[in-house]
Amino acid sequence: MSGYDVPRFGHGSRVPGWDQAADLTKDPAVIPDSATTLVPETLRAGIEAAMAKYPERRSAAIPALHLAQELHGWCSPEAIEQVACVMRLTPAYLISVATFYDMLETRPKPRNDVFVCTNISCSLLGADEFYEAMVAAAAEDPDVGVRSFECLGACDIAPMASVNGEYVGPLETEDAAQIIEDLRAGGPVLEAKQLRFRRSVDPGAVGP
Amino acid sequence: MSIHILFEGIDEPGLNRLEVYQRRGGYQALRTALAMSREDVLGELLTSEIRGRGGAGFQMGKKISFLPRGDMDKYLVCNADESEPGTFKDRELMQKSPHMLIEGIVIASYAAGIGRSFIYIRGEYDYQADILEAAIAEAYEAGYLGEQILGSDHSLSLVLHRGAGAYICGEETGLLDSLEGKRGNPRLKPPFPAIQGLYQGPTLINNVETLSTVPHIIRMGAAQYAEIGTQTSTGTKLVSISGDVQRPGNYEIALGIPSREIIYGLAGGPADGREVKLWFPGGSSAPVLTKDDLDVPYDFDSLAKAGTMLGSGAIIVVDDSHRVLDVAYKLAKFYAHESCGKCVPCREGTNWTVKMLQRIEAGEATPMDLDIMASVQDEIIGNCLCVLGDAMAMPVGSIIKKFRAELEEHIEAARERAGIGSLENVIPVGVADAHAGPLPVH
Repeated sequence: MSGYDVPRFGHGSRVPGWDQAADLTKDPAVIPDSATTLVPETLRAGIEAAMAKYPERRSAAIPALHLAQELHGWCSPEAIEQVACVMRLTPAYLISVATFYDMLETRPKPRNDVFVCTNISCSLLGADEFYEAMVAAAAEDPDVGVRSFECLGACDIAPMASVNGEYVGPLETEDAAQIIEDLRAGGPVLEAKQLRFRRSVDPGAVGP
Repeated sequence: MSIHILFEGIDEPGLNRLEVYQRRGGYQALRTALAMSREDVLGELLTSEIRGRGGAGFQMGKKISFLPRGDMDKYLVCNADESEPGTFKDRELMQKSPHMLIEGIVIASYAAGIGRSFIYIRGEYDYQADILEAAIAEAYEAGYLGEQILGSDHSLSLVLHRGAGAYICGEETGLLDSLEGKRGNPRLKPPFPAIQGLYQGPTLINNVETLSTVPHIIRMGAAQYAEIGTQTSTGTKLVSISGDVQRPGNYEIALGIPSREIIYGLAGGPADGREVKLWFPGGSSAPVLTKDDLDVPYDFDSLAKAGTMLGSGAIIVVDDSHRVLDVAYKLAKFYAHESCGKCVPCREGTNWTVKMLQRIEAGEATPMDLDIMASVQDEIIGNCLCVLGDAMAMPVGSIIKKFRAELEEHIEAARERAGIGSLENVIPVGVADAHAGPLPVH
């Protein structure tokens, strides 16, 4: 396909995507052998604890993939294989699950996530402009990935964004640079605009 | 008007902790309920006539009574996926008063004879999920969850399950598949989840707000609760209002008050000099209403009579500074992205609607495209396993119907912008009113 940018690892080889098998030397329909698959101990313990919570272990697929993504940075073929090994599911099955959900990444992603809500309420109040500004501000920073995301459930602080899970808003275009700066500093992001400190607007909801 | 049940003192510091919640009388309703028989608790829920707060508005008590009796494994799933655009009420409830939800879950599971429960929270609500997890641990420790709760014969386990970002998982059967560790594809109904749901067992699925109301119904008494609101829409409702209003946020209202009072009275209406062009009364899936409908009472039946729905109780206001074309495009694009792809009418219909709206913007459309687009919406509604396709078709269809003149202006303006030429050259004047479409262009 012309104009299609093939994603590659730093060392040059192609990143497996939807059009390629995870690893052609391994059969994605075979459950990895636990004798030869190395799984980090913390990951194994986490997945096993998750599986124990449900009547059927398969229910732990999403929590397990979350854990693997946290450890590996993304749902890499290696991460998928480790989860498959512990859960006794096929890698193919887990890839099918991982590709369904927006928060599970089957391609390498930057360490920091900035999800900018561009759904209807936010875009009425200028989210599209903020998104442009955020993309521009993060252009130089390989550690920050900016995505336009669908309604994050915080239209009261529109336009808003979720920075590594922390909801901030209402945002103005100048905040984009501040978000990048705060991320680099490693501290709280836009503390004055964090949703968690926001009080209810309902006049009848005043505390006793 | 000012009745506050769920939101009363919601901002009290530390309300998310058991100690403060108990000091305010928390878990008293659970004790009351456990002292009653299961049938009596269910009777209370039936008498209260509380309707589900998630979107469909089905009576909660009736839903419980559909569950088969007996000792088989039954499940309760709290739907905390809250992904309907414009909705953010459950987020505030879970963040500020998580124990209210847990108490409601325990009481509802007692009424239905359920032994296992789950909260499915959307993956994006990271902070709220952490709060809930801590609250669940506290409730286990205090004996409000687990084996033989407070010395009764009722046992319940509660697991918090985090999703991973998919709108469709707010649909009850998609949610069940996702909770089972699969792709969140909706299932064919019937069988309904009350008969065959999670792990093929009978399953009660309710929204966060519905379950959070349960302790208050027990505390107040169902008859008194039913007096709030209107005859067919009882109780209070949290309304998430957003978009072009001056004070967006969650408000608790008694059902049945005029919509104008919410949009203008509570939320302050659009900025000075602007007026409401259209508004969504129940999340972005609801057919739109215009400024002429502002006096419709805000309850389930009045809104249904006005041709729309209360849905999740999320009002999105669009003022006259925005083009309806952009609103329709945002909607269609969202639903096209979120369609799971299982049913053809939804998968194709949402994508073609996006393309047709792009065509209008590009100046390639004629008014006939609006007719085609409206017919596509008609083909989606009712023809899929779940209502995701309908959720696009209803608002887009209503926009075409109510704002046809404006859309035609956009078509004409875009044609001129693109230099394609005025419609007069394409449509013979005689049939232009009938939108008969273009003649072959030479």
